[in-house]
Amino acid sequence: MTVSPLHAWTDRLAALAPVLGAAEVPFRSQLTVRVSDPDAIAATGATLGIGFPSAACTFTSGTGRFGDVEVLWLGPDEFLVTASPGLQVTIEEVLRGSLGTARGSVVDTSAQRTTVVLQGPRSREVLAHGCSVDLHPSAAPVGTCVQTLLARTGIVLQVTGDDTVTILVRSSFAEYFAAWLTDACVEYLAVP
Amino acid sequence: MQLIPCPWCGPREEAEFHYGGQAHVAYPEDPSALTDEEWARYVFFRDNPSGPFAERWSHNAGCRRWFNAVRDTRTHDLLAVYRVGEPMPEVTA
Ligand SMILES: [Zn+2]
Repeated sequence: MTVSPLHAWTDRLAALAPVLGAAEVPFRSQLTVRVSDPDAIAATGATLGIGFPSAACTFTSGTGRFGDVEVLWLGPDEFLVTASPGLQVTIEEVLRGSLGTARGSVVDTSAQRTTVVLQGPRSREVLAHGCSVDLHPSAAPVGTCVQTLLARTGIVLQVTGDDTVTILVRSSFAEYFAAWLTDACVEYLAVP
Repeated sequence: MQLIPCPWCGPREEAEFHYGGQAHVAYPEDPSALTDEEWARYVFFRDNPSGPFAERWSHNAGCRRWFNAVRDTRTHDLLAVYRVGEPMPEVTA
């Protein structure tokens, strides 16, 4: 049986309710796409059915031939395509085909990070305990996607809803992240 | 903590960045033609101004891109940032 990076934390993350809805969404398909040619970026987006983000520090999402897919801006010529578990091999082949003769690469990085979805009106506030990026809705509206440090560990942070933040964290740092998150919630937990 | 404005990501904490030394140090056209002294000068010798200094920085906890910045070495103020390949902007210190 394959065990997800935060398998041992399922109950402890669930126990953060009602302060925070926190749950791992493990084994998402993740592909790092490096491409800079605008035509190739457009072709790859068309193949996917979801246009690639044109602005820095944003992500796009939509439903295409691979179901619900998100495309995250990681750098001026670097994107992360995320989709449901088990699709990485198929998507990798299709995207590589859509690059054609343009210079670029598609690499399966699904094992690199796990996904944690935080839900609730406190989600931005709790993250602010260890994250220096301005998470106020006026500065980080829905669609924001930043790579930054959270309590010294590298994360990718997606604002997926008004009260919903999706965190991608390296598998080897996932338990550290979960422990930090649990601690950051302590002050909001009702005293019995 | 000081914020450094990444040309791609905007202002981020200094801890997200790596310093890369003096900018605009051109690689020798024909390295094999250099004397040892000339090579040592290329590898080890750098300017050390008191005032504006063009430097390379890497946003390694963010977009992981290299860019250039003009920093006042007296105040640690970043006077300008610009992308690789762009000319050094005029600054007033
Ligand atoms: Zn950056």
